Amino acid sequence: MINTYEIMETIRMLEEEKLDIRTVTMGISLSDCADSDGAKAREKIYNKIVKYAGDLVKTAEEIELKYDIPIINKRISVTPISLVAAASNDQDYIEFAKTLDWAAQEVGVDFIGGFSALVHKGMTEADKKLISSIPEALAQTERVCSSVNIGTTRAGLNMDAVAQIGEVVKKCAELTADNGGVAASKLVVFANAPEDNPFMAGAFHGVGEGECMINVGISGPGAVKAALTKVKGEPFDLVAETIKKTAFKITRMGQLVAKEASEMLGVTAGIVDLSLAPTPAVGDSVARILEEMGIEVAGAHGTTAALALLNDAVKKGGVMASSHVGGLSGAFIPVSEDAGMIEAVEKGSLSLEKLEAMTAVCSVGLDMIAVPGKTTAETISAIIADEAAIGMVNHKTTAVRVIPVPGKDVGEEVVYGGLFGRAPIMKVSEYSSADFIARGGRIPAPLQSLKN
Amino acid sequence: MKAIISVIGVDQIGIIAEVSTLLAEEKVNILDISQTILDDYFTMTMLVELDSLEIPLEELKKKLKQKGEKLGVSIKLQHEDIFRSMHRI
Repeated sequence: MINTYEIMETIRMLEEEKLDIRTVTMGISLSDCADSDGAKAREKIYNKIVKYAGDLVKTAEEIELKYDIPIINKRISVTPISLVAAASNDQDYIEFAKTLDWAAQEVGVDFIGGFSALVHKGMTEADKKLISSIPEALAQTERVCSSVNIGTTRAGLNMDAVAQIGEVVKKCAELTADNGGVAASKLVVFANAPEDNPFMAGAFHGVGEGECMINVGISGPGAVKAALTKVKGEPFDLVAETIKKTAFKITRMGQLVAKEASEMLGVTAGIVDLSLAPTPAVGDSVARILEEMGIEVAGAHGTTAALALLNDAVKKGGVMASSHVGGLSGAFIPVSEDAGMIEAVEKGSLSLEKLEAMTAVCSVGLDMIAVPGKTTAETISAIIADEAAIGMVNHKTTAVRVIPVPGKDVGEEVVYGGLFGRAPIMKVSEYSSADFIARGGRIPAPLQSLKN
Repeated sequence: MKAIISVIGVDQIGIIAEVSTLLAEEKVNILDISQTILDDYFTMTMLVELDSLEIPLEELKKKLKQKGEKLGVSIKLQHEDIFRSMHRI
């Protein structure tokens, strides 16, 4: 029998350290739903999602009951809609977003991702229609999430798309000005987007994926922090070992849920995403882990090194615990969703520049960052370009989810509530990047050799 | 299915008796039992077999929770695989 100490450790991780399964995400291929008649395509999409995901929530709840593990979110990702809608003659894809929203509502999930386009090298007519539909699509729906991949290490950066997305982000925020520009929080701009990411808002079901798959995202910053309190003052070797062991246990739980959910639903088990995903709840913060390592407030010098160690150790511990690891798999540092990050910004310890440096060593980019409403579209495009360049050169995924909050400025904050939390408005450079963004074209893919 | 029942709280007379009586009434077979004082708390873990259980699992969990509230302790029931997967390679 498992001994009492082990049982108590698991219970403590679940109850006191806020360990949970962050998301069970069902990826559904919609490639067979394409139709020259948009209405017919949407009918096929709705029926397929409801057919495959009808039991998703119920199954997740049964697993919660059986193991007493909280599964916070049940979600769906679908084939990028620009690919599915391309065959139709529709002039915009807002109706497709509404269909996704209805289907998500019908099966009881809180978010559905995949109102997406992959434009890292160029844009098809459908990609153009999708991107220009994003602001209305996100403003008029509740559950739909959108993402656009604007660069890869192999293709370089599509700067025409980057320029356009800056405008799209602004428009998303303006259309939802009454709600703090919330539509912009449902749009993620990627470089090197993963095809099997279970986390929103950036989840979509990539073209290399199967018909229907279950991907699981774990959580557990609280459990890692609690483990580190037992090795106070010890050298980093021991810190890394401790994180690895904790990550192993957390990931095994994710693997168990992934296996169980896929068996119960009769679909293929995809991947377990090893990301440490914080929530605004006290004791569930990545910033607090960095502070536990000896950084007084997240953002102080040493933060990037601490994060590099954390991110690497989580992966090393997690990889052995799961048969298939994928998605984003790295520590998340979303400002609004992490109590420690919020505090660090408010204390003036954490700036956009430092966050950018941190994203060079961890997932997943500038996430849930509120900037002044007066920030120009070109500046947002330039923030995206900087972040995408880090991803492109370092062969990693980076993403940008910034919200230019209408009517707000530095010193104020925006409150979204729930998992989205609250975000202090962060300062951006006051100097213009407009001429840089106006150039357009493509930034060529980086050299893959001569690595010094 | 095999599950672990854990009981944590302040020690008092009759906790094991109360819990095992409830389990017997619901046809839950106790396979192994261990009790200790951990960090000043009474801590009991039981490995149980639920194959003869006649009520839904949810119902049993609810009854255990109510029993726990009555005794002033926390009682949880979890499938044993969660512990096995976290602590055994």
